[in-house]
This record gives sequence, structure tokens and C-alpha cells, in this order.
Amino acid sequence: MIQYLRDHHADVLTDLIAHIWLSVLPVVIGLAIALPIGWIAARFGWSYSPITNLAGILYTIPSVALFVIMPSILHTKILSPVNVVVALTVYTVALLTRVVADGLKSVPPDVRAAATAMGFTGIGRFLRVELPIAVPVIAAGVRVATVSNVSLVSVGALIGVAQLGSLFTDGFTRYVNSVVLLGIILCVLLALVLDGLILLTLRLLTPWQRAVAKP
Amino acid sequence: MIKFESVVKRYPDGTVAVNGLDLIAPSGQITVFVGPSGCGKTTSLRMINRMIEPTSGRIWLDDQDTGTVDAATLRRGIGYVIQHAGLFPHRTIVDNVATVPFLLGKDKKQARSQAIELMERVGLPASFANRYPAQLSGGQQQRVGVARALAADPPVMLMDEPFSAVDPVVRHELQEEFLRLQSELGKTIVFVTHDIDEAVKLGDQVAVLRVGGTLAQLATPAQLLTDPVDDFVAGFVGRDRGYRALGFEQSSDLPTHQEQTVSLGDDGAAVQRAAVDGWALAVDAKRTPVGWVNAHAVPAGRTVSPELLQRGGTLAHTGGTLRAALDAALSSPSGRGVLVDENDVLIGTITAGEVIERIEKQLATRRHAPTASGAGS
Repeated sequence: MIQYLRDHHADVLTDLIAHIWLSVLPVVIGLAIALPIGWIAARFGWSYSPITNLAGILYTIPSVALFVIMPSILHTKILSPVNVVVALTVYTVALLTRVVADGLKSVPPDVRAAATAMGFTGIGRFLRVELPIAVPVIAAGVRVATVSNVSLVSVGALIGVAQLGSLFTDGFTRYVNSVVLLGIILCVLLALVLDGLILLTLRLLTPWQRAVAKP
Repeated sequence: MIKFESVVKRYPDGTVAVNGLDLIAPSGQITVFVGPSGCGKTTSLRMINRMIEPTSGRIWLDDQDTGTVDAATLRRGIGYVIQHAGLFPHRTIVDNVATVPFLLGKDKKQARSQAIELMERVGLPASFANRYPAQLSGGQQQRVGVARALAADPPVMLMDEPFSAVDPVVRHELQEEFLRLQSELGKTIVFVTHDIDEAVKLGDQVAVLRVGGTLAQLATPAQLLTDPVDDFVAGFVGRDRGYRALGFEQSSDLPTHQEQTVSLGDDGAAVQRAAVDGWALAVDAKRTPVGWVNAHAVPAGRTVSPELLQRGGTLAHTGGTLRAALDAALSSPSGRGVLVDENDVLIGTITAGEVIERIEKQLATRRHAPTASGAGS
């Protein structure tokens, strides 16, 4: 394994960077899409069930199937990384829509009423009161989505998009288990690092969460 | 002045929350909306700042029809204190207080320093400025809520059951401070509560609403207790009306008796000398009454110690109410009610019979002069 890493470190590094991009970009895009949809689901009571149910169904689509049909939907090349990004964005949106909706719904009614009474208008209230209070709930969902994406990206190797998953297909076709093991170790490390970064961001965004001691 | 003009709130499902409310909340006074749940008191309050839009009718703020003003602009000019405080958990106390000044685009530094002044004014130490709401007790949070409502110095304040979620001792404290603050600020206040005692205690005028959203009676607290307009109001105002109405009768120049007093450390003989009907009043160095001593309870060779004091009696202040004077007499183990001055220094004692005599004299004067029915203010 060490020998393989020494010989192919440039390739492995390229795969790692591709892997990071392919798993993080869908989370960013997915969160940006899930925020307004989740807001609608939380804001209009009648829309909550249909939206979250639809999101749930989207999440059950097998990933290989989604990767394979993407080119015909998007008119992209079969090897294009765009296929992987779009497919994983779909999963992220499916996962985060309910999380965002539930996070926004967890804002206490007294706080929401107070914000309105103070003279916050719709978008101001969302950005400055409701969203910050929902951050801990949303961040929990983002952690799950990110870690799950790191593992889903490797499936993309089956349709030939290069990233750490290529180590699995490589190792498998050449019967070299140590290469597969290297792929697993790098994937797990990557997931841990990204998870840690999100946790750190959460702590920086929510100093009020740790301030619970009574005077 | 806030003026309700035939205000109706009907929901799409046909429920009528408020049904033709006509009412004026005068400037600089506290108007309390009180009634059972479902009487539309909170709905009426929230229609003033248009958190709920009336179905028909108009609400005027001085000479301005609130329906013609931008809702957010209207709200920034009206203080609002909500039940459970409704503080923003993710903002520090000082930033919570400065919410409206921030929204109005005021300079942040200046808004914060004014917010800290306001915190001190409502009885919060400046050291709380950088704490978060979760670090404060319920009563402290409610003080922050009041400071937040006052931050932009609005002439009008709406208060929705602000003191109902705290324990009775803290509630009493907050009510007293609220009245003190209002005597300094003179805001036009509409206050919602389901507690008639709170309504009678805080209101300059009280609007009793009945289920279905109609006004049953609008009156001063004293009028409400002495002259409820119908069975609903009488029932809602509750028992002991005659006694509670005494809370609005001033007790000026009550006749008092000199009382021989003892101090902590005096011996049994001194207590025997001072006692009348077996009881002597103990005072501290500043002549503030601390309790009654039973002359027979001091064993030979022992002195008056704190454990021997009977503390059941309440103190009545001169210039207070006849209710307090009567209660002082009734609660005193010696049967003699203790009167003190504004510094809690002993003035003398009075019996229940003497207070009753005074009550009868004052009420008789009232009966013979019917125009003075709204006494006590």
C-alpha cells in the first residue's frame, strides 16, 4: 500500500482533490436549493407533507441508476463529472429539505411573534432570526449529507468518473486488496476531516448554544 | 390615544374573535384588557400593531388610521412585550434590547450604550450585557423583554400577559417595578391579562371582555369592584369584592395608639411591663417593627430572641389603603395592627374595630354624595 502510494502519489492526490470537489460542491448547491424549499414547507403548513414526502421518494432512487440516467437528462457526456455533481445535489436537496423545514419550525412561536412585533419584515426575519436559530438543526443535516456524499461519490467510479473510488475499481480489477484498503482509509479520513470542519463552523456560528449556565 | 372603532375580527372558518369593539385607551394611561380565554383580548391587542388585520372597523393611533401605515413601520413605533419574553436566543442581552434601534438603522455603538442604560433602568446589571437569554432566569428575561420594548422610546406599549409565566413573588416584584417605571415614563399602554387581580392592580382603566369578543364593561378598577355592570362581570371580578375594593380607599390620618415597645435582648420583666393583653411589639434599632412577643413565652432568665418573635402580622403604611390597614389589624396576633411610615418606622397601632369605623364613615360619605362613585384615584 505504501509502495503504491509512493509510486502513484500524484494520481492519488488528483483523485483525492476530485473526490473533495465532487462531494462538497453538491452539499453547497444542495443547501442553497433546500433553504428556500424548506422555508416554503415550514411557512405554508399545507405544503409540508407533499414537499417532504417528495424529498423522501427522491432519496430512495438508487445512486447507480441516477448516475447512469443523468447524461440522457442533462445531455452531458457519460464521463462528465457534472453527472455526479447533479445526482448528488439531488440527494442532498432530498435530505436537507426536511431538515431545513424542521429547523425553521423549531423556532419558538413566541420568538417568531416577537420578531414580527419588533418590525422585522419577511426576509429580514428569515435571515436574522429564524435561520440563525435553525442553524444547529440544519448543520446536523449537512453533516449527514456530507459524509454520505463522500461515500456515494465513489460509486461514480463505476461510470468512470475519476476520484478515490477509482482505487476500488483499480484494486478490484487487478486483485490488489491493499489498493482497495487505501481507498477506504482515504475516504474515511476525508469524511472525518469534512465532518470536523462543519462542526467547527457550527461552533463559530452558534456561541449562544454553549451559553447555558445560569448565573 | 388608541381608539377602536367598531372593530371586528372574523376568521375564514366563521369564528368571531372580536365583535364590534369600540374603546379608547387614553394617552399616558394603562388600559387593561381582561377576560376568560376566547374573549379576543390578545386578538384585540395584536390588531393594534397589525400582527392581526381587522376584518372591519378601524384602529386609530392618535389621528392616524393604523390601516394606512406600512405594517413594519407601524410596529417599530410600538413597543411589544410578549408572554415568556420571546427573546432571541442567538443574540446577547444587549443586542436583544437594541433590536428595534438596529432595525431603524441607528448607530450600533450608540444603540448598545443606550441599551445598557435601559437594562439598568429595568433593574438588570450591566454585566448581563454579553450574556445570552438562556443564562437568565424567567423574571430577568421578562425584564429584558420590557427593556427591548422600550428601546426605541415608543409612545405606545402593548403587553401580552408579560408577567404570567413567572412565580408569584417575582410577578409581584415585576408589577411593582412596572408601575414605578410607568410613573416615570407615562406611556400609553394596553395590557392583556386573564388575571383580574392583576388587571385591578395595574389598570388605570379595565376593559372586561366576554367570550365572543364583546366589551362587557369599561371602568376604573374601583368602579369595577363596587359596581359591576352585570352578572358576568360580577362573576368574573369574583369573591371578596367588598374587601378588595378597600384597596382603593386611602387611609389618611388614621387614629393610632402609642405602643410600648421592646428590643431584642430585653428580659422577661421588660416584656411584662410593655405588654398589653399579653403581647408586646418588638422593634429594631431604627424602630422598625420586627414582630410580636408573647409576654408569657419568655422563660425566666431568658431574653427576647428572634425565635420568640411572632411575625404573622402585616405592616400598613400611613397613606396606604384601608385594605392594608384592616389586614394589618386582622393578621396581628395581638389584635393591634401596626402602622409604619414610608421608612418602615413605627408610628402606632390600630384595632380592626377602629379601621371598620373609618371604613363605614368613608363609605357613608360616598353614599350621600353619589357623584363621587369612582373614588380612590
